[in-house]
Amino acid sequence: MNFRKMAMVTAAIATMAIAGAAGAQQSINDPARDDHYAGLKGRKVVFVPVFMGLDLTEGWSEMMSRQAKALGYDYEVRNSNFNTAAGAQTITSLISEKPDVIVVQNPDVQSYARLLKRAEKAGIRVIQLNMKTNILTTGFVGADVIGIGETQANAAVAKCANADTPGKVLILAGPPTSPFSAYMLRGYENILNDNKGIEVVGVQSTGAYESAKAKSITQVVVQQHPDLCGILGVWDNTDIGTAAALSEAGLSDKVFVSSSGGGGELACKGIRENMWQHYVSYDVPGQARDLNALVSAALQDMSEISSTQTILYTPLVEYTPENIDDQFCWTLDNIR
Amino acid sequence: MQNPFRNLKLDQQTIVAIIFVAIFTVFSIGLSGFFSVGNLLTLVRSVSVLGILSLGMAIVVIGRGIDLSMIATLAVASAVVLMLAGDGYRPELAVLAGLIFAIAIGMTNGFLVAYAEIPALFTTLAVGIGVAGLGQSGLFEYEIVAWPPELNVIAWIGRGTLFGFPYSIMAFIVTCLAVHLFLRKTRLGLFVYALGDNLDAARNSGIPTRPIIMLQYVLAAVIALIAGLVLSASSSSMDTRIFNLTWIYDVILVVVLGGIGLSGGRGGVMNVVVGTLLIGTIVNGMTIMNVSFEAQKLIKGLVLLAALLSDSILNPRNEETAKQGDI
Repeated sequence: MNFRKMAMVTAAIATMAIAGAAGAQQSINDPARDDHYAGLKGRKVVFVPVFMGLDLTEGWSEMMSRQAKALGYDYEVRNSNFNTAAGAQTITSLISEKPDVIVVQNPDVQSYARLLKRAEKAGIRVIQLNMKTNILTTGFVGADVIGIGETQANAAVAKCANADTPGKVLILAGPPTSPFSAYMLRGYENILNDNKGIEVVGVQSTGAYESAKAKSITQVVVQQHPDLCGILGVWDNTDIGTAAALSEAGLSDKVFVSSSGGGGELACKGIRENMWQHYVSYDVPGQARDLNALVSAALQDMSEISSTQTILYTPLVEYTPENIDDQFCWTLDNIR
Repeated sequence: MQNPFRNLKLDQQTIVAIIFVAIFTVFSIGLSGFFSVGNLLTLVRSVSVLGILSLGMAIVVIGRGIDLSMIATLAVASAVVLMLAGDGYRPELAVLAGLIFAIAIGMTNGFLVAYAEIPALFTTLAVGIGVAGLGQSGLFEYEIVAWPPELNVIAWIGRGTLFGFPYSIMAFIVTCLAVHLFLRKTRLGLFVYALGDNLDAARNSGIPTRPIIMLQYVLAAVIALIAGLVLSASSSSMDTRIFNLTWIYDVILVVVLGGIGLSGGRGGVMNVVVGTLLIGTIVNGMTIMNVSFEAQKLIKGLVLLAALLSDSILNPRNEETAKQGDI
């Protein structure tokens, strides 16, 4: 056998060996997969929002129902229609229905607290969403509201602070006992209280986040303080009224407005149409992803209820006229 | 004991007017920036929607009814206009559709009250919940419907000013005049008083009471639509959730506070104007003083209670003046 033949035979054997090895490669089942899906089948998650029909709640709910479909558990919405008593009633009846997980958006820091404790005692894991009551349960997903307040206030300081004639700032809050008022005010105070360059000329509630109320308060205050420098608003939908008042008074270019919300199309429209010049987004798509992770974890968790209590504060995103083109201005059609 | 005010005829409207003047004077003296043209225009503008709504309610209450569905009509009918215009329908078509929608709600109310003889309180409560439910069951993409740019041709009713005078105040004034003319200068208006005062007597004297009852509710619904368009133009959106708020009580409050008795047959446009201005002044002054939300509610409640109390002390009710069937 000469060298050439030997080389060819070697090559042939090597080829066959490789082919043989490839043929021997076997598929393996993911050992966790079947149990995982089987374990989720027939489980039940119920969402108790303050109100459906808002970009926030519809966005969260869309994402939750998608995951439920993908993982094969049941998902249901029980709308409390901006009625705290109805919401409490819903949770009470859920305690006897015993779903596996309740996702709840609290209208205020107090009302549901005891009920949520009772639900966890009854064996239901409770995840609080964006609006937090004053007790902790299995999980909380949502904005660090004090952080939103601080971010907004810092933006106002950058725009308005002036040591000689303090820049006048108006604060438009939500319902007094809502987490989005009480905590947010704390955030504002953290930044503004010690700042000599800022004068807070008013802290007013817009009732139940009413844009008409925001508008009439803004109208009164700009009458009183024509040199108003900034407005810190509680929520984009409410601040439509704030912006309308300023635009009617011809002050849209003079008064700096900072708002906040879920960062959807309204947020971007507001920046583009000069309704507000600063916006703190709590990024509903990102928040929904955190929420889904926590729901999934709660469904798989075998340990004693509330033995771990996880807080996931959503990373906040600041929208400004400079960076608005880089933002994902989500809608219900393109949320992901 | 002799009543020192016996010859002064202090009815509730006068009492409320006196309280209004008193508060107004105190604010004007004690509160810098209150008594200025700009602020007074802001004051009236902020209550003009409430005033318009109260005019509609007044018609129904004078006819001895009540319409709790007005806020739902305001929200859903005007949101329908906004939605249709946003979907590309011509503005006048959208407004026409909203008008037909509102009239349909009014006719439903009127029919159930006048012909099925269900008490107005329950009828309008149920119809209101139904209409609000219709709005919330997917008629609109979001509960807060944005004002579409296509409708900007009529946006002036809530936003614009004419020589510095806001159109929304003018809308209030025009509605006041129209309702006043209707109530005092037309036969139908007088019939409303007649059947509000005594339904049986009105019927016996040949007044077509049932169609007039229907007319009252249709007028209230149409006025609610006007208020809704002013409101949504003004704040660039219609928040259909307002049905869940306590607005309807504010409307009833203005009507009752102004001195239009729920027992029907009494009062007129001036009562509504006085009641509206009192509420507007209190809220405006407290906003200037930066009074907190809770305290504002408390003070508002106390002033209103004081007004109603002084009326019942100065004009005591007895078997002669009280009527059966008061709400």
